[in-house]
Amino acid sequence: MNNVQDGVFDSVLPILTLIITEENVERSVAISLKNITKTFGDVIANNKVNLDIYRGEILSVLGENGCGKTTLMNMIAGIYFPDDGQIYVNGKEVVIRSPKDAFSHKIGMVHQHFKLVDVFTAADNILLGEKMPTFSIKEEAKKAEINLESVMITAEGDSKKKYTKAFAKYYGKLVALPFIKLGKAIKFNHLARKRADSLQKIADKYGFEIDLKKKIYDMSVSEKQTVEIIKVLYKGADILILDEPTAVLTPQEIKKLFNVLRKMREDGKSIIIITHKLNEVMEISDRVAVLRKGEHIATVRTEETDEKQLTEMMVGKKVELNIDRKVPVDPKPRLIINNMTILNKDGRKAVDDVSFVVNGGEILGIAGISGNGQKELLEGIAGLQRVESGEVIFHNPKKNKPVTFYHKDLKKIKKMAEEGFFHYPDGTKVDLKGKKKKEIVKLVNDEQILFYEDEIINLRHKTPREIQELGIKLSFVPEDRLNMGLVGNMSIVDNMMLRSYRKGKSIFVNRKRPKNLADHIINELEVVTPSDQTPVRRLSGGNVQKVLVGREISSSPKVLMAAYPVRGLDINSSYLIYNLLNQQKEKNVAVVYVGEDLDVLLDLCDRLLVLSGGQVSGILDARNATKEEVGFLMTKHNVQGV
Amino acid sequence: MFITLLSNAIRYSTVFLFGSTGETIIEKSGHLNLGIPGIMCFGAVGGCTGAQIYMNSLTDTSQASGFVLILISILFAMIFAGAMGLLYGFFTITLRCNQNVTGLSITTFGTGVLSFWGKKMGSDGVTFYAPSKYFLQVFPTEWTKGWFGQIFLSYGILVYLAIIVAVIVAIVFKKTRVGLSLNAVGENPATADAAGINVTGYKYISCVLGAALAGIGGLFYVMDYSQGSLEYVIDAMGWLAIALVIFSIWRPLLGILGSIIFGMLSILPRYLTVTFAQIELVNMIPYAVTVVVLIAISILNKKETQPPAALGLSYFREER
Repeated sequence: MNNVQDGVFDSVLPILTLIITEENVERSVAISLKNITKTFGDVIANNKVNLDIYRGEILSVLGENGCGKTTLMNMIAGIYFPDDGQIYVNGKEVVIRSPKDAFSHKIGMVHQHFKLVDVFTAADNILLGEKMPTFSIKEEAKKAEINLESVMITAEGDSKKKYTKAFAKYYGKLVALPFIKLGKAIKFNHLARKRADSLQKIADKYGFEIDLKKKIYDMSVSEKQTVEIIKVLYKGADILILDEPTAVLTPQEIKKLFNVLRKMREDGKSIIIITHKLNEVMEISDRVAVLRKGEHIATVRTEETDEKQLTEMMVGKKVELNIDRKVPVDPKPRLIINNMTILNKDGRKAVDDVSFVVNGGEILGIAGISGNGQKELLEGIAGLQRVESGEVIFHNPKKNKPVTFYHKDLKKIKKMAEEGFFHYPDGTKVDLKGKKKKEIVKLVNDEQILFYEDEIINLRHKTPREIQELGIKLSFVPEDRLNMGLVGNMSIVDNMMLRSYRKGKSIFVNRKRPKNLADHIINELEVVTPSDQTPVRRLSGGNVQKVLVGREISSSPKVLMAAYPVRGLDINSSYLIYNLLNQQKEKNVAVVYVGEDLDVLLDLCDRLLVLSGGQVSGILDARNATKEEVGFLMTKHNVQGV
Repeated sequence: MFITLLSNAIRYSTVFLFGSTGETIIEKSGHLNLGIPGIMCFGAVGGCTGAQIYMNSLTDTSQASGFVLILISILFAMIFAGAMGLLYGFFTITLRCNQNVTGLSITTFGTGVLSFWGKKMGSDGVTFYAPSKYFLQVFPTEWTKGWFGQIFLSYGILVYLAIIVAVIVAIVFKKTRVGLSLNAVGENPATADAAGINVTGYKYISCVLGAALAGIGGLFYVMDYSQGSLEYVIDAMGWLAIALVIFSIWRPLLGILGSIIFGMLSILPRYLTVTFAQIELVNMIPYAVTVVVLIAISILNKKETQPPAALGLSYFREER
């Protein structure tokens, strides 16, 4: 199916390019990419990408996460080197092996993570690595000689004194030249003081508002970005690549940035913007190049397209995945999130007033471009992030289940009994008044005291450990898989023990049960490993993920949150994970699945929550939703505050 | 008495100053070299070897030229110590080994080599009292009279060299492109790399140059301070030199002041009527002060006084 859709665009592509080339005969091509291919291990990041960028235009590179936008641009900027294909700058084939090479071809990139030295001033950062013009003694001598000759010509007929003076000056200069060269070689300079003016000129030319003598650590994100852009301009770049420049900016700042970009375009610079915000694409760019799964789908003129068409190109045609999805049985609210707001490090709202319900026995998918609050949201629920405001209500499915000393002490149980929370197996109300401590302990241990209703707990002020022990498990697979959840240098068995070592009663750890669990996971999930004592670090990515997900599932969770559990996995392993999640769903667990692949989200989940800019942009029924709908919600951005 | 104390302190400070200036250069490139004590031992071995070679090449040792002797000694000290710096650099920059482990092993190695070499020289009956004479004083004896002469003019060439080097390094750090680039390499190598700075080159050069400078400290200790006798406590001086880097918050000019303070604290017990146990107590002060400074800069949390941000971290370019 996918191929058919691609085929349609492939046949359109030559026509589109034809139109563009015909219309822009007078415009020259700045960079041209031919058949660029780059792979990381088995993953193809870019596959035979062809792309032209013209002078004096703004080109948007649009695509979902992991479609290879940034990789492609990094190859132009010299961060990565393509495995195959050619790059032409101004019609000449070039080899770009480092950022230095890129700059020598007047290509500059502003990365998403700013490359600035915190303790330097803006001016120092901009001047960093600048090469001084070479100073040639021969040429300077020649200049002095020409100067001397000119003096001699004008001074013809004048007194001898003038001649001697000129000669003295000339020879003095000759003697001084080696010393001047030495001085320049040592490169004494007065960085901020002397040069800040010339930098300020560039800033003023394009309308940046910035104090270049300010230290970077005192600056806001927007100011830092400005410094990055000035840096690239100062180094003489004609081709600017901006990697998601608007992701960190407020609407007002975005407006300012776009004005600056337009001025640069008028100045004849080529600007490439990597983005996935459609409204911005429509606003700023002249042309849009759409990438999907490492392939270049099409490049279209912005005025000839609309958001709907772009979304279609971006997400592609729906692919049926054949995941066995059962209708949820008796879904009851398990986790209720009310108006949750979480701030990130910079004090911006990473999660902005988010409310939703997770039901037991269903899979709730969370879709969204990565970095739109998914991580913070899950960590907020798990207690790993400070929740600024809002509530996380957990319905512990305890109805007609015995109370234990696991979370509650005697005092608490007594109090709850007084408030009428419990009943005996025969249905009569529990009354503990006048009972001795020993008797109560016996009743609890014999599982004679049962809950009337589900226990309702507010998780907001619980510690991560308490939340975990309540059965809310988070398995987060970050981009570097071993950063959270598993300890790379420890064996599989020891990693199992991370969850259980506290439960032991003696001072020595008990390795037997974790070992059994590890062996069980290795067998069940087909983890390829030399032994259960192998450090997790040595396993391949897929196997690491199986271990992580397996461990979280093994503890019979009540809520399972899995973020990107199939990232980088092959098809078979992915299906194994999907089946595991489905099994959990059938066991009446509330599963939250954060994923990237829309096809999977639509086929695996029961309901779909779409996050955009930290806000819920929609909650859909995954059975009836279309890919375009989800894609549109993902790229829809609240433009309030403009 | 105070003038004598001060002048002795300044003289003694040289061994710290070379070490800390060298270590500062290395740390500015983002490498924590705990091999400085060993490297100083190597400097001592190298310098003495150079002096020995020169003295042996002469038929009449009284004909020796002080200038040539000092030059050769310094050169050899720098080559020996620089070679260790290169070794450290190869391990930590190219092979990306753990910097602390590499540094400590170099310290152990250097101390052992000095100990072995010193014993061998002793059993061969080689002494360095003769060449050491040339190191002791630059200016004529009559200049050293009076308080001014005693404080400013009574030292050997290496004392002045240490201060000059520290000042030059300070200027390079503060005022030049090289200094700016080096700073950037230590603060944020990825940024420096993106700016077109040769990160590996800077790291190697600073590791070798820093080690070579620290090596001169070892030479000073043997030739000037011990006046040619081979004592084996250079590594203790090396640890103080590393402490001094923190004490001087990575600024060579403050290092000059700090080294004099450290030097004064080290020799102070000789001028006080104290028991042996109390001597150790006084000797402890520099370390205690360093701890206090560390705590203070952490509490103040001012960006400028923090260690280089990438200190102790290896740099990979294509990390993904």
